[in-house]
Amino acid sequence: MYPITTVHYLALSAALLLIGTVGVLTRRNIVIILMSIELILNAVNINLIAFSHAAGNVRGQVFAIFVIVDAVAEAAVGLGILIALFRNKETVLADEIDLLKW
Amino acid sequence: MNFLDQIWLIPLFPLLGAALMFFFGRRLDPQPQSDVAIAPGVEPIYDEHAHGHSHSHGHDHGHSHSHDHDHGHSHSHDHDHGLAHGHHNHSPLKFLIKLLCPGMVLLSFIFSVGAIWQLSEKAPRIHELIQFTWIAGLPFHMANGQMATFQMDWGFLLDPLSSVMILVVTGVGFLIHVYATGYMDHDNGYYRFFGYLNLFVFFMLMLVLANNYALLFVGWEGVGLCSYLLIGFYFQKQSAADAGKKAFIVNRVGDAGFVLGMLLMMSVLGSLRFTDVNAVLHSGKFTAEAAGFGTLSVIALLMFVGATGKSAQFPLYVWLPDAMEGPTPVSALIHAATMVTAGVYMVARSAALFQLTPSTSGVVATVGAFTAILAASIALVQNDIKRVLAYSTVSQLGYMFLAAGVGAYWVAIFHLFTHAFFKALLFLCSGSVIHSLGGEQDMRHMGGLKDKIPITHWTMWVGSVAIAGIPGLAGFFSKDEILWQAFSSPLGGPVLYGVGLTTAAMTAFYMWRLMNMTFYGKSRVKPEVAAHIHESPASMTAPLTLLAIGSVLAGWLGTPKLWNLPEAFRSFEAWLEPMFASPLVEAAKEGGHDTSTEWMLMGLSVTIAVAGIFLARYLYHIKPEIPDRIEASFKPLHKVLYNKWYVDEIYDFLFVNGLCKGGGLLAGSFDRNVVDGGVNGAGWLTRFSSSVSIWWDTWIIDGAVRFGSFFVKMLSYPVCILQTGRVQAYAFFVVIGALVFFGYYVVR
Amino acid sequence: MLTDTLLFYAFALITLVGGVLTITRRNAIHSAISLIVSLLGVAGLYLMQQAEFLFAVQIVLYVGGIMVLFLFVIMLVNLDQAAKQRQFNRQWLVALAAVAVVAAEIAYFMYRGAGSIHIAEAAVPGTPAGIGNTEMIADSLFGEYLLPFEIASVLLLVAVVGSVVMAKKRI
Repeated sequence: MYPITTVHYLALSAALLLIGTVGVLTRRNIVIILMSIELILNAVNINLIAFSHAAGNVRGQVFAIFVIVDAVAEAAVGLGILIALFRNKETVLADEIDLLKW
Repeated sequence: MNFLDQIWLIPLFPLLGAALMFFFGRRLDPQPQSDVAIAPGVEPIYDEHAHGHSHSHGHDHGHSHSHDHDHGHSHSHDHDHGLAHGHHNHSPLKFLIKLLCPGMVLLSFIFSVGAIWQLSEKAPRIHELIQFTWIAGLPFHMANGQMATFQMDWGFLLDPLSSVMILVVTGVGFLIHVYATGYMDHDNGYYRFFGYLNLFVFFMLMLVLANNYALLFVGWEGVGLCSYLLIGFYFQKQSAADAGKKAFIVNRVGDAGFVLGMLLMMSVLGSLRFTDVNAVLHSGKFTAEAAGFGTLSVIALLMFVGATGKSAQFPLYVWLPDAMEGPTPVSALIHAATMVTAGVYMVARSAALFQLTPSTSGVVATVGAFTAILAASIALVQNDIKRVLAYSTVSQLGYMFLAAGVGAYWVAIFHLFTHAFFKALLFLCSGSVIHSLGGEQDMRHMGGLKDKIPITHWTMWVGSVAIAGIPGLAGFFSKDEILWQAFSSPLGGPVLYGVGLTTAAMTAFYMWRLMNMTFYGKSRVKPEVAAHIHESPASMTAPLTLLAIGSVLAGWLGTPKLWNLPEAFRSFEAWLEPMFASPLVEAAKEGGHDTSTEWMLMGLSVTIAVAGIFLARYLYHIKPEIPDRIEASFKPLHKVLYNKWYVDEIYDFLFVNGLCKGGGLLAGSFDRNVVDGGVNGAGWLTRFSSSVSIWWDTWIIDGAVRFGSFFVKMLSYPVCILQTGRVQAYAFFVVIGALVFFGYYVVR
Repeated sequence: MLTDTLLFYAFALITLVGGVLTITRRNAIHSAISLIVSLLGVAGLYLMQQAEFLFAVQIVLYVGGIMVLFLFVIMLVNLDQAAKQRQFNRQWLVALAAVAVVAAEIAYFMYRGAGSIHIAEAAVPGTPAGIGNTEMIADSLFGEYLLPFEIASVLLLVAVVGSVVMAKKRI
């Protein structure tokens, strides 16, 4: 337990990912879902940084920057969609948006 | 112009006329309501209300029907002018028919004359023209094992015999066509009549110009067909339709014999071409079959059976009297001058064969003589003018066969030649009489017409004198020669001569009975008919005149050697001599001529004829009440003669009823049950198979299609459940996927 | 060493607890705050891995940008009504089970594969003196990864336009 190896970071990243996944699958509130997605992305980032540190180059970190850029874009657009959805449907619950069911 | 090379045109012209009538006739002569020539007194089958007043003329049932009921016979009124004008349909283009059809025959006549002229300058006088090969060589085995090829050409043979025939056919045929333009003027179906008539001339010319038996048979059958069509011209009349059928069927019986004869001839002689057959027969390979019936005799006999049917000899003559149902020009052309003489022509053509078979020749002569006297006896008591002439024709044909049977083939042809003239003349005159009396055919209602229809009277007088055999006119020369040959030929004998003489007496008698009853004496014409008696138009009387002249002059071509006239007056025999010359005939000719016997016989026949004429005059002109007394005292004999020796009734009993019943049986039960059952069964089967098809299509094929869609739908249900529309559910599936994906690596 | 370990575990705890809280709070604001806490924890972890630039970016961008945006939107979208509803959907149990299985699988992988990461660990160079983390990232970003960089900027442009369009009342 003592020396913190890369594996610890990987385990942490996996745990955070799974927490985020549970949040995506389980919560009805769309805002919470979007936040859970941010959790997942962060988990990925932790993973990347860990490997970047282990490999000794900055490639992982550059990748992580791009992930953050992505997360930003996605959060912005996602929230825009949420607003539009709220305006039309008056609800932010994912369960109630099932127009595409068979 | 080389007429000889164009002899193929001679049959072609009338064929062209027939074809034009077939294609365009309707346009040239459109009928008011139907093409059917309606014999008056017949109810048209179609609706008559539509044609009110024009039919009222045609329905003068009164006297026409009363005649039918008077006698036991069915009388046919082949034409009914004054009282029952059919339908005056004179379309403006009708004259084209009048020009075209006789014109075609005239063209054939001109070409024939030209061809014969050129033939006479040729030596030997044979011209064979083969146009094309119809049936190419088929090898077959002859009776004696040799290989031969059967080849049937469309070939024409012009030699003295066929030249006489084409002159008769086209010459007399042309005159009859001209006559018919006037006679049939008021009838429906004008174009049809002339089309058939031209077609008949075509077939007859094919018959006489053929260069082989097979093509002759084509013409043979063709004239039979046209005879049927023309006899049954007024086909809406039951008796006419029946007569047509009778003629055709009886002819057919003869044709069966003809075909058998042809096949046997092919088997024995190896070919059907006249030149080949004659060459083989003259070559000496076959000796004359003296006694009994050898193969050649059987061939000849079978051919003669065919001739019997066509030329109305016993026992196949019964169709000819009934054939009088057809219009008079038909009777004249077909049943006097041409078709019935086809049998005589064929026998003459096969002279080489008959010369080698005395037994068959004897049969021919016997049958001919028997028929002659039988028919003459029936003609003695008939009351319908056309029936008398019909039986007279049968009788004269018997004479021709008698002549052929005793070996005097040129005499048979000579009698054919002269007979064509005066018999056609007699028929046309009778038609003229009927025309002027407005359809009356019963001689008991004629009389005293001499001054009213003079031209008809005089021409008929000439014809009657000719047929009676008075010296100077045509009939005498030919008939007398026949009687002499019957007596003096090695195949003849006094019995045949006696029969011939008796027949000659009867001929003179019944002809002059006819003349007296029709033209002389007190008029027994019905009053309403008497008012309309008129002479026939020029189109009818001109041919009569020409034929009368021919009846006088034609005989002078064959004067007896006894009279020692210049060669020209015996040119007929000389013309035909090379046809019938053969080594055997040459050998037989050495028999001496007994001139005194010949003179005696000649005088005897003349006396008999004159006696017959005067007896007829006595019985029917001077003392007309006597015949009824004779009839009363000889009632049974009269009855037998009047009913034609009950031959028709015997045939009915023997053959016709059985066939009709059998046919009825066939038609009825067999046809209904088996044939119709088969057809219905086929229909049922079709419907059944279609219903099977429908079931298959609906359930199997459509089922497969529907199953496909059903299957997809079924598959889709589980999938549908998955499609919730909620994003989180989809996200869940992603996780499940990852789970499975990882799981694979876990277990690996 | 010990400091590292303790710090790691501290930051890890903050991150995880923040995450759990994020996904379980009824009130959206509470969720957002919990997320901020979690992100801060992540930033700390970055720092421990000598990713200073990323640490700064994380704080500035993620917390200062995205989470502020989230808060604005939460306030824009009136979530009081939603807070009174049932928070967890019907598939929570199944989802939990599935995630548990996945967790087990990942644990198994890590247990089995832990020994092979040393390949990556082999090259732990000393950072060349004088060049800081930011400079190295700048070198990489504007050199080797220039194209992705430009594309990322286009992506941001698109996102800007997209979000403006999406949120407009009338297009």
